[in-house]
Amino acid sequence: MSIHDMHRGGSMTVVTLALGSQTLAIPTDLLREILDPLPVTRVPGAGALVPGVVNVRGSVVPLADLKQALCIPDEGQDDRSRVLVLDVMLGGEAATVAIAADAVHEVATIDAGAIEAVPASAHVWPPEYLSGLFRGAQGFILLPNLEQIFSNLANRPLAVQL
Amino acid sequence: MTDDMAAIFREEVRDLLESLEKGLLDLKARPADMGLVNQVFRDLHTVKGSGAMFGFTELAAFIHEFETVFDRIRAGALAVTPEILRLALAAKDEIPGLVEGLADPEGRRGQILEGLQAVMGGGAVAEDAAEVAEGAGAAGIGAAGPQRLRFRLSGAALAMGARPELVLDELRGLGAEGIIADLADLPPLDRLDPEACAIGWEMDLPAGVTEAQVEDVFLFVDAEWKLTPAPVAAADAAPAAAGVAEAMTIAAPLAGTATDAVAPGSAPAAVAAAAAPAPAARGDQAGATIRVPAERLDALMDSVGELVIVEARLTELARQSRDPALIATAEQITRLAGGLRDATMTMRMVPLRSLVGRFRRLVMDLSDKLGKPVDFVVLGEETELDKTVIEKLADPLVHILRNAIDHGMETQAERAATEKPREGLIELSARHAGAEVLIRLRDDGRGMDVAKIRAKAVAKGLIPADAVLSEAQTFALIFEPGFSTAESVTELSGRGVGMDVVRRTIDSLRGSIEIESKPGLGTSVTLRLPLTLAIIEGLLIEVAGERYTLPMPTVQEIVELPPEKAQARRAGDFLDIRGRFVPFLRLRSLFDCPGQPGAAQNVVIVQSGETRVGIVVDRIVGTNQTVIKQMSKLHAGVRAVSGATILGDGSVALILDVQHLVGMGRLQGEPGQAPKEVAA
Repeated sequence: MSIHDMHRGGSMTVVTLALGSQTLAIPTDLLREILDPLPVTRVPGAGALVPGVVNVRGSVVPLADLKQALCIPDEGQDDRSRVLVLDVMLGGEAATVAIAADAVHEVATIDAGAIEAVPASAHVWPPEYLSGLFRGAQGFILLPNLEQIFSNLANRPLAVQL
Repeated sequence: MTDDMAAIFREEVRDLLESLEKGLLDLKARPADMGLVNQVFRDLHTVKGSGAMFGFTELAAFIHEFETVFDRIRAGALAVTPEILRLALAAKDEIPGLVEGLADPEGRRGQILEGLQAVMGGGAVAEDAAEVAEGAGAAGIGAAGPQRLRFRLSGAALAMGARPELVLDELRGLGAEGIIADLADLPPLDRLDPEACAIGWEMDLPAGVTEAQVEDVFLFVDAEWKLTPAPVAAADAAPAAAGVAEAMTIAAPLAGTATDAVAPGSAPAAVAAAAAPAPAARGDQAGATIRVPAERLDALMDSVGELVIVEARLTELARQSRDPALIATAEQITRLAGGLRDATMTMRMVPLRSLVGRFRRLVMDLSDKLGKPVDFVVLGEETELDKTVIEKLADPLVHILRNAIDHGMETQAERAATEKPREGLIELSARHAGAEVLIRLRDDGRGMDVAKIRAKAVAKGLIPADAVLSEAQTFALIFEPGFSTAESVTELSGRGVGMDVVRRTIDSLRGSIEIESKPGLGTSVTLRLPLTLAIIEGLLIEVAGERYTLPMPTVQEIVELPPEKAQARRAGDFLDIRGRFVPFLRLRSLFDCPGQPGAAQNVVIVQSGETRVGIVVDRIVGTNQTVIKQMSKLHAGVRAVSGATILGDGSVALILDVQHLVGMGRLQGEPGQAPKEVAA
């Protein structure tokens, strides 16, 4: 279900996760599985946004760091860190990507009416990377626009031409 | 008819049409070759027969005339003429449309049939097209007395769509009488398999019916049958007939190969002679072959890939356990997995021959259209490649072939002004070289004009006017998007789209393209392709604790890095390998690895094309079976990595793109840098 469907009413099931001090929500439709941290193989020259690949049950899956994309400061890993494996659209094709999360909180149902547009003044996050936000118990929860984020990542120029 | 059967039929027709086209094109070169005439006839006969059986009556009727012409040629009543071949090729092109049930608004089919009838002198006798019994058996000699026929459908025949009542009808057409069913093998109802035919039949056939005629009836039915002289007394249903010495049993395979299934010795000599060239022409079809849907092979390959990874993990665990029994078992698994891998890869190999048919046709059409007579020579068409590679190779080769004839080949007038033979030469050759296949398309045309290409590239803004390019780099420009050297855009070679697609396709196959060209002497385009896209032998190396794999076939040798070269320099690094200077790259600095290298570093010398480059690594880990996994689009920009593989411990190792690394090494080896190092 997309954000646009939600504005027409209904509700959406999301999983909430921590990235640094920020909380994000990702639709459970996209979520394939949640794993403990995996050994990451660095891809030289790939940059900090998608620094490496991981082995997810025999498939080689890129691991993206959303903190980099959303300009959230890194606060280091601990034993609550997880890897979320997602099925997303990448340039019109279905693709599997993994994202690192500092913690996974809960699965929640949010009401379409609770979602607010990102305030124009909120320059903290790149606006095109957010679909909206809503109020949770501990403050704002961000709904990232994953399709936009990953499409930009796929087309990004690389600093080093390796 | 089920969709499955329709699909089987279509697939068969596709194969037969390919064979048919090849036969017709070969006939153009060797019109007197009766082996080819027979092959063409058999292909037509099979298409007609299966068509009639699967209910494509229009198709069968259409092919009938076509077949009659070749039957006349077989009988020596007609000679192969260019007109007949032209009509035959045109007729062949109509067959897919007939199979798909497409209409013929322009009336082409009618014209072709009229043409064929005209060739035969208008005397074509209209016969029932569905009647398949007049084929190879027509020349046979029937038995003198009455005969007895017994037949029984084989296990899967019913499931495959055999219709006993139709078979019986056909046999009645041959004069069968006194047909009785043999119910001896009929199981009790609770054990009856509705898909298996437990009933056999026997009947009397009149004198004069030949075995070949009976064989034609069973051409597309998987059945066992026996034709014996009728006993004087009434037939006994007991299986005594098995003892009849001259009994002939043919388990006719379902279509396709059936026309070749003439039992030696018992067939009349004329038929045997006609069938003799078949095994050579049809290759392995005569043996026991099975059609398998491609997806099943893909699924098998995936499983084998997983198995190879798990096997590596098991070997690793066994070594750590130091348990001899476990280690021995792991070694056995390794051996078995290796065998399974090789067998699976072999199954996926397809000869280049499967593509060549359409190239012959293309060359013939183009050379007619452009008025440039061309001799198309194919060498090494038995060379095998993975089926995925073959499938993707067709379009690029068509593009290159078109370019060769349209742009590369001179006009007849231009050729006449030179010493060259009037007929141009285009040679397609394929051969294995290590784990690569080299496919070369060579023409003896005018060759490529370096100055012209350069001027064009500058005009199109592809390169700056003062760019310094080698000859090879200049030739490579024709693969740039939007480049086209033809002064006039022709209908044939398109509008400058194409060659860039060629390079993209070859890149996606992890292959490379090289062009050589001499003005006035011709051009040769060489494609280097990996044998397979699935599993390769890899050399595992380590740099700063990170492991990478190099494709083993690219590895030439491994040397130690001389201590005096251990520290990075500003200028290019070169090694003296037996008197030749080889540039080398330091993976550590290239990949921005932290830390300092250890005392002893190794250099892996890799080769791509004619160029070698050394890659400095910390440590050689060993060789391993590398199951290639594609990199995600998120990493598409990282050119130095061509894929990834999963190691025995479950971690991921990246596969280095040797071609790209060699390109970087070559840049480093550009003139101006080398002398410094040579002097030092």
